[in-house]
Amino acid sequence: MRKSISTLFLFIAIAAKTIRLDNGVTMELVSMWRYFFGRKKENYMKIRKISAIALSVTMAISMIGCGGAAKSSSSGAGSGAADGESVKVGILYSATGSMAISEGAVKDAEVLAIDEINASGGVLGKKIEYVVEDGASEPSTFATKAEKLIDQDKVVTVFGCWTSASRKAVKPVFEEYGNLLWYPVQYEGMEDSSNIVYTGAAPNQQIVPAIDYLIELGYKKFFLLGSDYVFPRTANMIINAQCKAKGIEVVGEEYAQMDQTDFSSIISKIEAAAPDVIINTLNGTGNLSFFKQMSEKNYTADDYMTMSFSIAEEEVKTIGADILANHMVSWNYYMTTDTPENKAFVEAYKKAYGEERVTSDPAEAAYDAVYLWKAAVEKAGSFEVADVIAAVEEGGITFAAPEGTVEIAGENHHLIKPVRIGKVDADGNINTVMETDPVAPDPYLTTYEWAVEANIQPVE
Amino acid sequence: MAQFINTAFNALSLSSIILLTSLGLAITFGLMRVINMSHGEFLMIGAYMTYVVQEIFVKFFPESIFSLYYFVALIAAFGVTFILGAVMEKFVISRLYGREIDSLLATWGISIILQQAARTIFGMQGVNVQVPAVLNGGITIGKCTFSYNRLFILMLVVFCMVLVWYIMYRSNFGKQMRAVMQNRAMAQCMGINSRKVDMITFAFGSGLAGLAGCSVALLGSIDSTVGQSYIVNSFIAVVLGGVGRLAGTVFGSGIIGFSSIGIENYTSASIAKAVVLLIIIIVLQFRPQGLFTMKSRSLDE
Repeated sequence: MRKSISTLFLFIAIAAKTIRLDNGVTMELVSMWRYFFGRKKENYMKIRKISAIALSVTMAISMIGCGGAAKSSSSGAGSGAADGESVKVGILYSATGSMAISEGAVKDAEVLAIDEINASGGVLGKKIEYVVEDGASEPSTFATKAEKLIDQDKVVTVFGCWTSASRKAVKPVFEEYGNLLWYPVQYEGMEDSSNIVYTGAAPNQQIVPAIDYLIELGYKKFFLLGSDYVFPRTANMIINAQCKAKGIEVVGEEYAQMDQTDFSSIISKIEAAAPDVIINTLNGTGNLSFFKQMSEKNYTADDYMTMSFSIAEEEVKTIGADILANHMVSWNYYMTTDTPENKAFVEAYKKAYGEERVTSDPAEAAYDAVYLWKAAVEKAGSFEVADVIAAVEEGGITFAAPEGTVEIAGENHHLIKPVRIGKVDADGNINTVMETDPVAPDPYLTTYEWAVEANIQPVE
Repeated sequence: MAQFINTAFNALSLSSIILLTSLGLAITFGLMRVINMSHGEFLMIGAYMTYVVQEIFVKFFPESIFSLYYFVALIAAFGVTFILGAVMEKFVISRLYGREIDSLLATWGISIILQQAARTIFGMQGVNVQVPAVLNGGITIGKCTFSYNRLFILMLVVFCMVLVWYIMYRSNFGKQMRAVMQNRAMAQCMGINSRKVDMITFAFGSGLAGLAGCSVALLGSIDSTVGQSYIVNSFIAVVLGGVGRLAGTVFGSGIIGFSSIGIENYTSASIAKAVVLLIIIIVLQFRPQGLFTMKSRSLDE
């Protein structure tokens, strides 16, 4: 009996590692297993045998996973990057793992842009070929695959990554090889690599204006709620500094585990703190559990207003308009954004991937990234990465994007883009309630006195 | 006072959810000693069945009876996972009795297949079920709000407990089941069809996982990994309580539920998780067989 229990722990531990539960749990299980199994000498032989079998199975499974996921649209191993009739680019995103839910939309938008460019004659007369690689929601896999794309496939640039962890993992690879990554997601700032172009929002294009807007509306007691990882932690550091400078009280700050399913304790803490607005940086499935469990206590936006930074059209569709009605979100783009470019984009996206699909801010930023790369290449007159980076840094590269015309700010590789605060309506659309002129990016928040004073550092 | 009642209710509710997800496991793992790694995926199937039944009601039935969908879903979730469990027992588990590691690897493989199947059929993005109107919202007494669906899960757990207790300790089938689990050879000599008993027992445990899946669908999103977020807690509850004892599983779930909520109230979610695991390690140090042990004359212990 003891034997089976201990074996069980071992396998849960390995399974937990494979399905990427957090490391803490895995270690606890391993130590439990050691307690049960580690006493007798002859058991060590068994352990070795079992672990050897288990390890080889785990490895075999992950290898099958990796092998199956790598798909390439290119024909044969091209010798040079931009030789012949076509030019090769990489798309790096998670097709498997916990982030696959979100990252698929970004890949779809990038493929759409590439197909459109190819249909209208390509770049500098060459068609774009794309090589897709799966980062499997694991930062270290992202780094390996980035190296493979650059070194083996000889791509001229890569579009992709979603989480800050994956971006931080591939950053040294791109810097070492001198290649260029186009990163399409809003993030916490505090970064400026010359080998990355950030086409999502910097903190001063999403977080800071949203907080200012709430203060303007007269909200006075803020509660900060987020998932426990780098983006919410850094974002809340910024928000804390901003609130302190503006004389706003932060009545609570809570972090949920990524796979947390029960929010009753956090909701009790919110009730006790009695805030008038909740700043929500939860990510992934936590959002649905949180909002569902708020609504089961009869709370609506009238009781607790929320301002979310990770809820876009896809999430609204899943959570449901009845629960999210009248809550606020902050992005640069919504599917309802009223520009002729957006009408064409939404139409093309739905035509390519199905009527029920929705576009969102990250998808739009990914779509822009491909066109901005095209503009940079055309300005440089070459596919050489160094020339393209030089063209980017010179500035003045613009694209008439669905969100309005965006421009790359040469000095920090971020985009000059408008900020939009949105409100969810009863039909599940996000409507813009506040819109600014294009805002210059400021990833380090150096133009804000309170931020400089607070000396905000990136969380690693 | 209100704060205290609220906390107690939250803890009770979390315990009941853990108990519901581990009841099936208490039977398949606790009684039958089958380490079923795909138990979480049966839970996932139960949750997806709820979604499927909801979609069928939206498409084919008038809106006036929409609220009834959930009760149909409960039956459907139990039925489908019961049948799947029976099929799996027949073709996989029954060939691997007594070979714990093999059955563990086989069921693990099945769990990966089921997860991928869910992704292929329902897509990467999680789906959501609408809470039926009867269970929407909550009842407010004084300053405390008790949500209907948590109360409903509590009642469902009590119902399942009584059902399991009755089947195991009061019915003829339960007698046969316990006989087979305790001394297979002797039971066979007495004319009990042990193959059939194995199959129905395993299917029943799987069916309970389906019911649990149906009820957790009320609380959060449904995606291919939903089983994984509950399964670790369930295994711990069963082991902590003492493998093979129903009462042990109840206490195990209670300890995890109450200590999680209690600690989280004063610290944060991450610390609570670590402290709970620490408590469990300490308990298992002193009682490696779990809180409730079964006295047995068999020599395989």
